[in-house]
Amino acid sequence: MKKKLFSLLLTALLTMAVLGGCGSDGTGESSGNNSSKGTSAVEPAGEPVYGGSVVVGIQQDIDSLDPHKALAAGTKEILFNIFEGLVKPDKNGDLMKAVASDYTVSEDGLVYTFTLREGVKFHNGSAVTAEDVKYSLERASGLLDGTPLISSLKVLTSVDIIDEKTVQVTVGSANTELIYSFVAAIIPAGSGEDESGTPIGTGPFSFVSYTPQEGIVVKKNSDYWQQGLPYLDEVNFKIITSTDTALLELQGGSIDIYPYLTDSQANELKSSFQILSAPSAVVQALYLNNADPLLSDVRIRQAICYALDKDEVNDFLAGGNATIISTAMLPTLQTYYVDLNDTYGTGANIEKAKELMADAGYPDGFDLEITVPSNYEYHVQTAEVVVEQLKKAGINAVINPVEWNTWLEDCYNGRKYQSTISGLTSDATPGYMMNRFQTDSKKNFINFTNAEYDQVYDQAAAAMDPEEKAGYYKQLQQILCDEAGSAFIQVPAITIAVNPKLGGYTFYPVYVQDMSTVYFVE
Amino acid sequence: MKLFIKKIITLIMTLFLVSVAAFLAFQIIPGDVVTSILGTEATPEREEQLREELGLNDPPVKRYFKWAGGVLRGDFGRSYQYSKNMNEMMPVAELIGDKLPVTLWLAGLSMVLIILVSIPLGVLWAKSANRFLDAALGVITQITMAVPSFFLGILVTFLFGIVFKWFVPGGYISYRESLSGFLGYLLFPALSIALPKIAMTARFLRNSMLTQMQADYVRTAYSKGCTRKRVMYGHVLRNALMPVVTFLGMIIAEIVAGSIVVEQVFGLPGIGRLLISSINNRDFPVVEILILYITFVVIFVYFLVDILYRVIDPRISEK
Amino acid sequence: MKKLDGGKWNKYLTVGLIMTGLALALGILGFFWTPYSTTAMSAAEKFAAPSLRHLFGTDNFGRDIFSRVMQGLSTTIVIGCLVVAFSASAGILLGALTGYFGGLVDEIVMRITDAVNGFPSILLALVLISILGNGRQNVILALGIVFIPSYVRIVRSEFIRLRDADYICRARLMGVSRMRILFIHILPNIFSVFWVSVMIGFNNAILAESGMSYLGIGVQPPDASLGKMLSDAQGYLQNAPWYALAPGLTIVWVVLGFSLFSEGIRRLEG
Repeated sequence: MKKKLFSLLLTALLTMAVLGGCGSDGTGESSGNNSSKGTSAVEPAGEPVYGGSVVVGIQQDIDSLDPHKALAAGTKEILFNIFEGLVKPDKNGDLMKAVASDYTVSEDGLVYTFTLREGVKFHNGSAVTAEDVKYSLERASGLLDGTPLISSLKVLTSVDIIDEKTVQVTVGSANTELIYSFVAAIIPAGSGEDESGTPIGTGPFSFVSYTPQEGIVVKKNSDYWQQGLPYLDEVNFKIITSTDTALLELQGGSIDIYPYLTDSQANELKSSFQILSAPSAVVQALYLNNADPLLSDVRIRQAICYALDKDEVNDFLAGGNATIISTAMLPTLQTYYVDLNDTYGTGANIEKAKELMADAGYPDGFDLEITVPSNYEYHVQTAEVVVEQLKKAGINAVINPVEWNTWLEDCYNGRKYQSTISGLTSDATPGYMMNRFQTDSKKNFINFTNAEYDQVYDQAAAAMDPEEKAGYYKQLQQILCDEAGSAFIQVPAITIAVNPKLGGYTFYPVYVQDMSTVYFVE
Repeated sequence: MKLFIKKIITLIMTLFLVSVAAFLAFQIIPGDVVTSILGTEATPEREEQLREELGLNDPPVKRYFKWAGGVLRGDFGRSYQYSKNMNEMMPVAELIGDKLPVTLWLAGLSMVLIILVSIPLGVLWAKSANRFLDAALGVITQITMAVPSFFLGILVTFLFGIVFKWFVPGGYISYRESLSGFLGYLLFPALSIALPKIAMTARFLRNSMLTQMQADYVRTAYSKGCTRKRVMYGHVLRNALMPVVTFLGMIIAEIVAGSIVVEQVFGLPGIGRLLISSINNRDFPVVEILILYITFVVIFVYFLVDILYRVIDPRISEK
Repeated sequence: MKKLDGGKWNKYLTVGLIMTGLALALGILGFFWTPYSTTAMSAAEKFAAPSLRHLFGTDNFGRDIFSRVMQGLSTTIVIGCLVVAFSASAGILLGALTGYFGGLVDEIVMRITDAVNGFPSILLALVLISILGNGRQNVILALGIVFIPSYVRIVRSEFIRLRDADYICRARLMGVSRMRILFIHILPNIFSVFWVSVMIGFNNAILAESGMSYLGIGVQPPDASLGKMLSDAQGYLQNAPWYALAPGLTIVWVVLGFSLFSEGIRRLEG
């Protein structure tokens, strides 16, 4: 599939709730007219009832029914309903215990001990055993056959069964963010080789059917370990490739929930649907290739940052609902994010841009090629707006639209480009985005090179104390912003329409469409 | 019989050439299959494992013959992008078998619409003595022929979907769920494909009939005392229909092409959309079989038209 | 109707000329000048309905649709012309050589032509574009290749018809060089037939280009293209129907005008 975890776009996004509630301190909300509703659940009037079925519109086909092999964000958000890990993300962006009822981490951070929850059953009726957990973790980490499927679990060195209800995991190097990786799905031992290949998990819904290009259907797991959940009998995730038809389908009543509305569509549906909005997990930027002869000059990069009018991009593309950023951290990761929007301002500062350009020896401007993945309408349109903005500073930018595969090969892997507008999808760990800008990182496709950054990153990764860690991450963001590693633009918003007869829709700060809390009201 | 064998040989040759061409195209298309499938988040080990699974480490010639050998044995391979279940990818045959009915019904429905409307319309037009009707039909058909099918699709969506609310655009109902609901939805895309072709066919039939009406045999028939009705339907229409049959055969390819675009407009999960997504995702096994299939259908239809033509007019086979 | 069939100046020609002329004039003008910049955005004027200020209204970026249609028109016309020029000249060359000389090469070229002809053109263009990549030049190249066979057929059959004509035989006997026979003696005589297929080809090229751009595999932004505008506009059908209607009706206008024009020419020649 085109849109991998990394990829981008409103399509691939999932909800990002403002951590721990309302985010009323305005962090990251410098974009003015901000309508984000980040509170956990919206309750329509009426009592929840059990039963009923719901159709949820999704934008992309799924890339795999194997929870360890699925990489696309759009797939993970659905599989969340079928599979669970030892722990699972909750609506506040923290972790809650799922298949494990408890866990402890050794002082040195090298040994994790998980106690399995009583009474958790797979969809096929059998109880989850320590065997199953060992199998699942070994399979995902590559201990089973030498092929790791989830890269963050590669550090696992052994998985040992202590007793029927206890599993001990040993890792090669300590990392406080590793616990997030134990959201990896627990599946029955041997199911990766099972011939029928039915996806079996422990989640609130069990798999019914999948039809390519049409969608995936799941039904209620009545044995679910969380009492009282789920409410719905059946959920049909229906693939709708264009937001235009989604709007018409919502109005026609053939879908109940659609998470990727544009701003103008949301306005149109306001009277008949519950409209919820929250930041996505995508960092959209004009990514600059720091190794390019022209862009290797920090003054040129800064000039570009000054010339951008992020407010205008936000207005045109997100109806003012996006969150403007000047660094690569998601503002919703409140503990780690630092608002640096004052550095270059959110509007355009043409004079400052021209001054820097003159300094760098380009008083009359220069040419800039912006490569854009042409299948992502959102980025292409952003590029159209950005080109106009840069023109005002005398920068003659041209758009070079390329196919997604070409983009992956040439821009991302090959790093043969001057600049590109795209989006990087972050996960719930702050290290995910910071890691890629180290000089030697395989993912450092902007060729950002800064010795101080590398040094601070190492300190951040080694830090065991959360506060100390946050301090380092803030320092990293400051460097990235001051050095204008790229011209970061915004975290687009996602706007969701929910049938007014439904309650309990919950925003998550990670890739999740949690249907277990959704219910019909009387 | 000899002709039949010759046609079969040509068909096989063409299919072979097309399969080689498509295979070569895939060697040239930029974009790595594995990156395309796995994106940027997969582990290098997983990438290598997949590369091995898909046989991408083999030399191209070997891969082609491995694939072609499979096809000859009836094994069409498995999709690179669509899963059948947790552990297996979707077999191409099953995938196409699932999507084909949508496109076939769409093409069939369009064809039915074309025939049902254009033939009576053409006859009416040819018979019409009313100068106004004649001119009006001339203008209407001329305009209809100029509307590209995707714009027509948008107009149909706007008019019947948004203004009249006769159907929910995008609210496709699977044929597995309800055949009547399915056909009800399909009617609108079919209309978008059919309208310009109806205009073309009606014009064609009218001109063909006008030519026939001036033929000597018509005068002979009248002088022998045949009624006007008998002349019109017994002789003129019969003769005038022959080129129309050929014409209808020729537009099959256009209907297939039209459905690719129209499926996109109406969000139909048919083979057109499958083809586009497969090309974009470098899903070689699916693209290869789809292209072969379309080529086969088009050649086969031409062949049928040829046969039909001989049945209607036995003189041709004697030539 | 019968009167028209008689030939000479006719209504088809008049209406066709007017429509084509207007489209051409706008297109050519659009190449040099548009009332507004085709890229200038204005947040204040998003989705303005058609008015005297903005004849066709404005789009989601507040850009003037009329200006963009003008530019799209010129893109479309340029592409149409280049595609026809490319495929027609290749068609003449291949058709002339195979038709005149026959033989094995003829057989091979005809088989390929048959295969390509039977294949839905937009599909072939799609595959070609995947190989060549997006963009204006590649669209021209891809469509140019796709349309070659239709010309080869016509030219070839004309050359076969004429190669045994008396005056050609005589020319051959007089020792006129082959090239001269091909391009000086035969070629000018097939133009009346060829002309018609060029006209049809132009319309097909325009339809194919807009279809491809609609699917997002043709002309790419910031180049304005009627097909691309149409696909962008589809999402705003409800709020801003003019956004879709303007480029759509423009395509219809061009295609209709040109087919009336070529019909008129055909009748003019009797």
